[in-house]
Amino acid sequence: MAGDAFATLSELRTELAARRVGAVELAEACLDRIAAEAHLNAFVSTCPERALARAKAADRRIAKEGQTALVGLPFAHKDIFCVQGLPTTCASNMLANFVAPYDATVAARMDAAGAVLVGKTNMDEFAMGSSSQTGHLGSVRNPWDTGRVAGGSSGGSAAAVAAGLVPGATGTDTGGSIRQPAAFCGISGLKPTYGRVSRYGMIAFASSLDQGGPMARTAEDLRLLLACMEGRDPRDSTSAEVPPTARDAKPRPLRIGIPGEYWDALGTDMGTALDAARRAIEGLGHQLAAVSLPHTRAAVASYYVVSSAEASTNLSRYDGVRYGHRASAPKDLEDLYRRSRSEGFGDEVKRRILTGAYTLSVGYYDAYYQKAQRVRRLIRQDFLDAFASVDAILGPVTPTPAFEQGTMQADPTDMYRQDAFTVPASLAGLPALSVPCGQVEGLPVGMQLIGPHFAEDRLLALGEAWQRETDWHMLRPRESRAAPEAT
Amino acid sequence: MSTEWESVIGLEVHVQLATESKIFSDAPVAAGGDPNSRACGVDLGLPGVLPVLNESALGMAVTFGLAVDGKIARECRFDRKNYFYPDLPKGYQISQLAEPVVSGGNLDIDLGDGRSRRIHLTRAHLEEDAGKSVHDAYAGLSGIDLNRAGTPLLEVVSEPELKSPEEAAQYFRALHSLVRALGICDGNLNEGSMRCDANISIRPKGCEELGERTEIKNINSFRFVERALAFEIERQIGVVEAGGEVVRETRLYDAERDETRPMRGKETSEDYRYFPDPDLLPVVVTDAMLAEARARLPELPAAKRERYARDFALDDYACSRLTGDPDLARYFEAVTATGVEPRQAANWVLGEVSAALNRDERDAHDIPVPAEELGILIARIDEGVISGAAARTVLATLWQEGGDADAHIAASGLAQLNDDDELSRLAQEAVERNPNQAEQYRAGKTKLLGFFVGQVMQASQGKANPRQVNELLRELLTGA
Repeated sequence: MAGDAFATLSELRTELAARRVGAVELAEACLDRIAAEAHLNAFVSTCPERALARAKAADRRIAKEGQTALVGLPFAHKDIFCVQGLPTTCASNMLANFVAPYDATVAARMDAAGAVLVGKTNMDEFAMGSSSQTGHLGSVRNPWDTGRVAGGSSGGSAAAVAAGLVPGATGTDTGGSIRQPAAFCGISGLKPTYGRVSRYGMIAFASSLDQGGPMARTAEDLRLLLACMEGRDPRDSTSAEVPPTARDAKPRPLRIGIPGEYWDALGTDMGTALDAARRAIEGLGHQLAAVSLPHTRAAVASYYVVSSAEASTNLSRYDGVRYGHRASAPKDLEDLYRRSRSEGFGDEVKRRILTGAYTLSVGYYDAYYQKAQRVRRLIRQDFLDAFASVDAILGPVTPTPAFEQGTMQADPTDMYRQDAFTVPASLAGLPALSVPCGQVEGLPVGMQLIGPHFAEDRLLALGEAWQRETDWHMLRPRESRAAPEAT
Repeated sequence: MSTEWESVIGLEVHVQLATESKIFSDAPVAAGGDPNSRACGVDLGLPGVLPVLNESALGMAVTFGLAVDGKIARECRFDRKNYFYPDLPKGYQISQLAEPVVSGGNLDIDLGDGRSRRIHLTRAHLEEDAGKSVHDAYAGLSGIDLNRAGTPLLEVVSEPELKSPEEAAQYFRALHSLVRALGICDGNLNEGSMRCDANISIRPKGCEELGERTEIKNINSFRFVERALAFEIERQIGVVEAGGEVVRETRLYDAERDETRPMRGKETSEDYRYFPDPDLLPVVVTDAMLAEARARLPELPAAKRERYARDFALDDYACSRLTGDPDLARYFEAVTATGVEPRQAANWVLGEVSAALNRDERDAHDIPVPAEELGILIARIDEGVISGAAARTVLATLWQEGGDADAHIAASGLAQLNDDDELSRLAQEAVERNPNQAEQYRAGKTKLLGFFVGQVMQASQGKANPRQVNELLRELLTGA
């Protein structure tokens, strides 16, 4: 990045403050990198004019008052956040022509903090997926191995940061969509407590689970981004009134819970990598304690019922009437609905809509939706019980490192099982941090730290301490592989 | 012998709440305006937008609940009712299914001749209105106007306890009076501020079991409720007596042809896939909110009716007419406050004033004659300054031109002729000019007094004080 494409946001702040680099220079460097690494398919769109105008303004602001907040720092939004005047597609044919007429709260806050948006990142269509292969513009490539997936649904943001295209990005996490791609791409990602970051203007997948959050190289950078994203928003009834992420007063050392249900499920390679991380955490002076989260087994099922139910009605507004894809020459209203939606949505989205509509139907509501909600409450209670004796919970993010492109297509539930370690915290609304902690077969592996509600600071402090002692987060993907494979 | 039938009726009335902004967005609620000029991103159902409950809509629902003595849910929630329709922008309507804000409650309806009946309410819940489709403006295309989308509605559901079309209309009227008195709805039926769906079935008299029902949608006047139900009862009886069966369906009342017709084809049972809206947290009604709503509760129509009968000695008709419209009641009380006799005040308000309102299609909050001036006018009749007939002319002038009553009385030359000498002269003339009638009167045909009074009134151009004229003529005719 104007020098080092892999510099962290914190490092860039120092550079900007010292006037050794300018915001325009940084934005241009990002745009160049995005173009050079286009084969990663990490971006849906870029906004060079807007970026350069904002960067110039940032340079003037820095000249006048010095560097504060995110002034002059380039970043990308997952293409699920509405940004006024820019295409906002959710990687879907349905919204391929949609230009947002308003700003998401997160977008407005990032603008106000002075960050310079350079583009919008690729993802799974409507954030439904764990591999960023379902978008209408094709798969995102993992910078560590372009034959592998970047993870999803925020795979574009993760790949962009990992490949040094941008130093930071926003993501959204419904069942692991920040944490899993962060782990697959070897970067850091935080899913905040449900309610900490406003959902207004963040296109809904599953309202009771969706949560925006930061993705960056380091935990320190996540803190920087989160501080500018978070906070109560009167336009989102579910956003919480919480004090800004402050220094955690919890005395060290911390008691770290090790849930058997997560660790026992790991294969040998992953187990070995995670065990090393666990010992290293202990080496930092923290106490480890076994905890039990007995309902973990039911989490994936509960998650897919609840999230699909909500998705099925959240996506009803895409009907071809007011905006978005509209079938040509409809015969009648029914035909307009049927063809607009059939043509506009991809297979995975259709699958979730159908599943969701089914589970909400008369006769099935109790057996599926209600039961899933009961399981959800049990899972939440598991965590509350565990947090009575520990300060945070440590576990894997994923059962395996990044899998190969095109695999796990035959049975969609194979893909769903990828989320086994991330959906429980989502169902419970808890904050969870994903940081790199090792490698398996040359691919990054992440560990997950789950905290009590609104304990983001504790998790970030743990992550920062971890990253002072380790350098997994500093590893870079091998130099860009030559030609991209055909998608 | 043919079966005697009875009807069972329940009403669902959508009351449009008089909030300034919409129930889940800050777009204004107002009739008219260019299509889609009063719809914001939330009302349009743009990607990413979220609903936020308008607290004043909740407050109004709580007020209603207290007024009907219903149970206020201390925690209620909103559900999504899912269905596709072009004027429903999100593909679902936010409503309340499982936990309505008000459960139970009751409303007394006036059965005439002083009797009333208590009708129980099932529930009242909050929901958002949809937009509307415009079919005639664009050749071959339908337009969608979302100005109305998101308008707050309180759906008030009665138990099926209404026994006749007349009772249903009275219930609708009582509800109309109540929500107007509470100030939570403007009550403007022409603009759809209250719309009624009526569920109706028939059964042999005395039978416990309910017959299959039909639902008549979207009736927006008291008269139409009565006529639609009357038609539908006859239709159902006709169907059953012809050996057929009533089919459960939704029907529409066509006022022009005075009949109901099926709205859609045979109704399949629609599955709305209700579930709690995850965008809205459960709504908590606090003690403070309840106390505040209770403190703000105005005098309710039933209590007001009692007070009018007790304190003002008004008859049933006057009581219910006046209390049926809070603005009219306010005006009446202001006239009474000037010191005039209440029954006389009621006669003027329900007579001349109401007639003029009807003629001009004005609302009672918009009466152009200040209550004080009407009070003075009535006082002048009492004082004999002006006759009742002349007062009506003066009121018409006040209505058109404003100004004060005394000035108009003076300027119009309608002040009453009270001068004894002048009146004696006129009476004398009348008797002299009609000797035949005078003779008949003296022979015992005393009814002819009216004839003489009329002569004097004519000669005085209506200004003669009729009481004085009466006395003078009687003296003249008998004393001579």
